Amino acid sequence: MSDLLAARTQMALSLGFHIIFAEIGIAMPLLMVLAEWRWHRTGDETYLRLAKRWAKGSAVLFAVGAVSGTVLSFELGLLWPRFMKFAGPIIGIPFSLEGFAFFTEAIFLGVYLYGWNKISARAHMTAGVIVALSGAASAVFVVMVNAWMNTPTGVTVVGGEITELDPIAGMFNPSTFQQVLHMLIAAYAATALAVAGLHAAILRKKGDMVFHRRAMMLALAVGVPAAILQPISGDISARVVARWQPIKLASLEGHFETQAGAPLRIGGIPDADAGVTRYALEIPKGLSLLAFHDPNAVVIGLKKFSREYWPPLLPVHLAFQLMVGLGTMMALVSLWVAITYFRKRDIVLDRKLLLAIAIVTPFGFIATEAGWTVTEVGRQPWVVVGLVKTADAVTPMTGLVYPMALFTLLYIGLSAIVVVVMHSIIGEAT
Amino acid sequence: MNGLFESLGLPEVIAGLMVVALNAYALTGGADFGGGVWDLLASGPRRDAQREQIAESLAPIWEANHVWLIVVVVVMFTGFPAAFEQIVIVLHIPLTLMLVGVVLRGSAFVFRSYGARTTVARARWGGVFSVASVVTPFTLGVTIGALASGEVGAAARAVEAGPVAFRQAFVAPWLGLFPITTGLLALVLFAFLAAVYLAYGAKDDELREIFRRRALASAGVVLLVALAALVLSYRAAPRIAQGVVGSSWALPLHVVTGIAAVIAIVALVKRRYGAARIAAALQVTFILWGWVLSQYPFIVPETSTIRDGAAPRETLSLLFIGLAVGTLLLAPSLRYLFRLFATPVAPEGNRAQRHRREQS
Repeated sequence: MSDLLAARTQMALSLGFHIIFAEIGIAMPLLMVLAEWRWHRTGDETYLRLAKRWAKGSAVLFAVGAVSGTVLSFELGLLWPRFMKFAGPIIGIPFSLEGFAFFTEAIFLGVYLYGWNKISARAHMTAGVIVALSGAASAVFVVMVNAWMNTPTGVTVVGGEITELDPIAGMFNPSTFQQVLHMLIAAYAATALAVAGLHAAILRKKGDMVFHRRAMMLALAVGVPAAILQPISGDISARVVARWQPIKLASLEGHFETQAGAPLRIGGIPDADAGVTRYALEIPKGLSLLAFHDPNAVVIGLKKFSREYWPPLLPVHLAFQLMVGLGTMMALVSLWVAITYFRKRDIVLDRKLLLAIAIVTPFGFIATEAGWTVTEVGRQPWVVVGLVKTADAVTPMTGLVYPMALFTLLYIGLSAIVVVVMHSIIGEAT
Repeated sequence: MNGLFESLGLPEVIAGLMVVALNAYALTGGADFGGGVWDLLASGPRRDAQREQIAESLAPIWEANHVWLIVVVVVMFTGFPAAFEQIVIVLHIPLTLMLVGVVLRGSAFVFRSYGARTTVARARWGGVFSVASVVTPFTLGVTIGALASGEVGAAARAVEAGPVAFRQAFVAPWLGLFPITTGLLALVLFAFLAAVYLAYGAKDDELREIFRRRALASAGVVLLVALAALVLSYRAAPRIAQGVVGSSWALPLHVVTGIAAVIAIVALVKRRYGAARIAAALQVTFILWGWVLSQYPFIVPETSTIRDGAAPRETLSLLFIGLAVGTLLLAPSLRYLFRLFATPVAPEGNRAQRHRREQS
């Protein structure tokens, strides 16, 4: 394995590991605060037990998220020092804001988790709200950095050196709005539907129990709207990518020839050498319609670009299909839940619906990993599009396969332990 | 000293704030790692009570304390990207080991608090937690020693010039007697600090006595290791030695460091824990600033100074505003957190859980 590939693998692994805990860190505080708020409103002690049970699970997941995030802040430099030297002065500003958001989150998380008996009910709720808001703010700032890597603005580069820079303009680049929106909704949809799914599985197995009924309904109240909104946010994303990163759009669609009225391909295997995508179900004019809201719009194909600038086509195309497929199923199950609810039917008594909710439990997290693959692998060969190539950013240190192997073992071990620990915490509740 | 004040500009202010963040990390996060050291060394009939107090004082605050380290890293790569690049390239190995320590310490701590149901599992996670608590301060001290010795700068220059032998570029700069001694110094300083804090916050007099004795013993070890580092620095880090011994501010700084050390010991002997806590914190602070001032104006001696390695002015101004506003928001929040948990508490549910375990 080459050093470059080892560095990319380690980075992908670290991000892929952290992103799950980051999503949970954004969404769980909202669920905890909602449960606590319901307890104050209704006086139903079940909601208090629920808030505390969720807080207990979250404490473990937060800690793993905090330490894996620390690893990333160092790894950006340890693996990609040339990228950080180049980009530090511009992406450092959103990163430092993220630092303060994370600080606020960590402080009030401590207050929230350990302050139940030490502060007033109002202060405790406020601490929870601050955790929920600062968690979301952290995500906004971090995703700003990623958006800048896709569509860098605010820099003038002459001969590989930045001659003029405007970090604020860099923060509000063309991809910022859609990426932040898509990531935040993803966090709420993935986490809340996963929580709902776990409780739905218990309800199916053990019958109607007040605790799990309240838990599932509360999680659905967050997850269902998020999952229904996500396809709309995805549409906004696709149109921004179509306009600013046509090569990424072409690679995630497996679209080789520039044409008007381009078809949408579902499934299929892109063949870079032959320049075609085989075995796909083609919907005429579908891609033009989705990417530009015009069935006859011209969509630029991969062949318009020199092949050295093509991202790896197969993983990007498949990851994109996977993300869209899972997101669609989450939205459909959510619609089913919403319709059942508004017809005033009891979701808990609908065993088929419970099964559907239980099945989508992991979908959001898998879709997140797939979506992250689309945006990260789809950006290759660049680390900052048009400015810095990934291969030029890697550290000159050799033997990178060893730290890669070390972190692989570490994260596999941690994942296994987290599963065991969460299983025991969830098991306690029944 | 006069030269220093005359040349103070935005880059120096940002560098100073970075050291303030590092200082805050040493006094809070550093002491948390020191707590892990005492978990490892817990002994005697009240071994479990010691571990329990360490865990309870850590639980609500360690994640917040830990963020100081992230602030240091972010300010460095934002404000001083050239210096950051050299450090992360040459010190890849010790920094990676430090990160492994960070990950294992944090996760083992929560697994022990929340996940472990049996005594055996608790002991196993406790073991991981305490060993990881040794690794991180040690490797942090090693990186600082390597930086101070000038070896990082020299190796970074060699790497930039062309292919260099792996050992020479990525191992030799930090695997030496001096960096290892500074690694030990960081370790014993944090352990000393933690023992003083634990004595101050102890729940009963017996525990207080135990931590007081450990604080006194570690104060002695700190003295020995600090002297060893100073002696070694004459050969390994002449710039440090020259700064620490020869410059105009050296003597006053040594005097105040010495006074702080003596006050800490006297206060511990007289069981004045509030005074001991402040004096110990000042002692650590003075040692840290002694190192920083001795390598001024370099961030990476002798290749990258605060001035010539700094980011453009636009970045530094925004960073300064961000740090100022952030600090205004953070200070009251941190104050609230520390006041709230000035006396250790058991995490919610944990007491009940323990109670249940004892019954079964």
